Amino acid sequence: MTPLESELAVPAASVETEDLRRFTGTERALHWTTATLVLTVAITGLILYVGQLSALVGRRDILKNVHVISGLAMPVPLVLAYVGRGRDALRADIRRMNRWSPADRRWLLSRGRQGGNEVGKFNAGQKANAAFIAGMIPVMMATGGIMRWFEHFSVSTRTGATFVHDWIAIATWFVVAGHIVVAISKPPALRSMFTGRMPTRWARRHHPVWANEMTEERN
Amino acid sequence: MKDQSPVGRRIVLGMLGFGAVGIVTGARIQDGLERFLRPVTQNDPTGLSSFVPTAGRFRIYTVVFPMPERSDDEYRLTVDGLVDQPLELSLADLKQRPQTELIRDFQCVTGWRVPEVHWRGVLLRDLLDEAVVSDRATHLRLYSFDGSYTESLSLEQARRDDVMAAHEMLDGPVSAEHGGPVRLYVAPMYGYKSLKWLERIEVVDQEIPGYWEERGYDVDAFVGGSNGRQGDDPT
Repeated sequence: MTPLESELAVPAASVETEDLRRFTGTERALHWTTATLVLTVAITGLILYVGQLSALVGRRDILKNVHVISGLAMPVPLVLAYVGRGRDALRADIRRMNRWSPADRRWLLSRGRQGGNEVGKFNAGQKANAAFIAGMIPVMMATGGIMRWFEHFSVSTRTGATFVHDWIAIATWFVVAGHIVVAISKPPALRSMFTGRMPTRWARRHHPVWANEMTEERN
Repeated sequence: MKDQSPVGRRIVLGMLGFGAVGIVTGARIQDGLERFLRPVTQNDPTGLSSFVPTAGRFRIYTVVFPMPERSDDEYRLTVDGLVDQPLELSLADLKQRPQTELIRDFQCVTGWRVPEVHWRGVLLRDLLDEAVVSDRATHLRLYSFDGSYTESLSLEQARRDDVMAAHEMLDGPVSAEHGGPVRLYVAPMYGYKSLKWLERIEVVDQEIPGYWEERGYDVDAFVGGSNGRQGDDPT
């Protein structure tokens, strides 16, 4: 629809063609800085971990430093965003992601086939992904810290920390890969993380409860 | 809404719980897993099992890029410094010296261990005797042809009957990624002492810490008795 047509359209229709505001600048900056750090530790970690890749790349001391520094930096964007100027929208979204309705469970268990008409701003997959990442960061920092400053810990503690670090890393690879695949297969959702806006029609279909809240608010 | 529950928080707390329990019990679980999976990981033609976090296999560490390579024909090993008869040996020269075979475990300071690796090479003791070490000498400084990796040994350690310049491991020539054509094998010590891509043995009169030792690892690196790893069985 050209700008002229949209001006001529009746008001009810124009509401449906307008985008909904989904993410603030703070939230997008938080997402992409965290994403960059997660990808950095994932790639450097994979190279450090897989022998054939280590042999191909070399420079173990540099890789190790990049891995450790990126890991230590990971909570910094979240903390800054949580106390910074744009905190209200972020905190509201964190509350939304924390709470699961019975419909969310049904949605997740049926892989999106049921409960779709009760989905709010975030679906259960998005909520699970966010919670996993929120839990992953402190666990990986604690176990990674034990591995990095190993001389202060017993052998058994170190082995245990390595065990946890390895398995959570593998789980994170799957979760992040899944997150990226789903994002690429849903372009309007992915675009909203760049632009902050989501087409109303997409929101009505995939986030109906939230779309209703937003359009009612606007009207 | 009333019927909503804080599942997100529960997921986070669950992961923190898994982390805490895993740190405490992980050593035992890991040990069991390794024992259980060792037959699989050691005979895995696909290499996929190298992504599973268990040991029983080598992990390849290199300190420079790209991985150093030298052909068998180009290869030379120099023994110099405080010696009367400096040596320059080709791979064929090394193979003509008396050969020693060892079947010993390889233990890395980062935790992984490969059981019963087959090694073949020339004892450092024989090379040092051939070069006739000066009375003033106390230590060796060992150099890799990667240009960065160095190691150190006391003369006493170097003269043990389980310290060699190895040209065979794992039932074949030492491959480039394992430090071939010739690498050091210091059986009783952690893996970083077994310098890869061995090029030069310099006999010196002081202890000069090597690459990893400058980065915090012990110079006297006996397995189970150094680097704070008292739990490892000696190799």
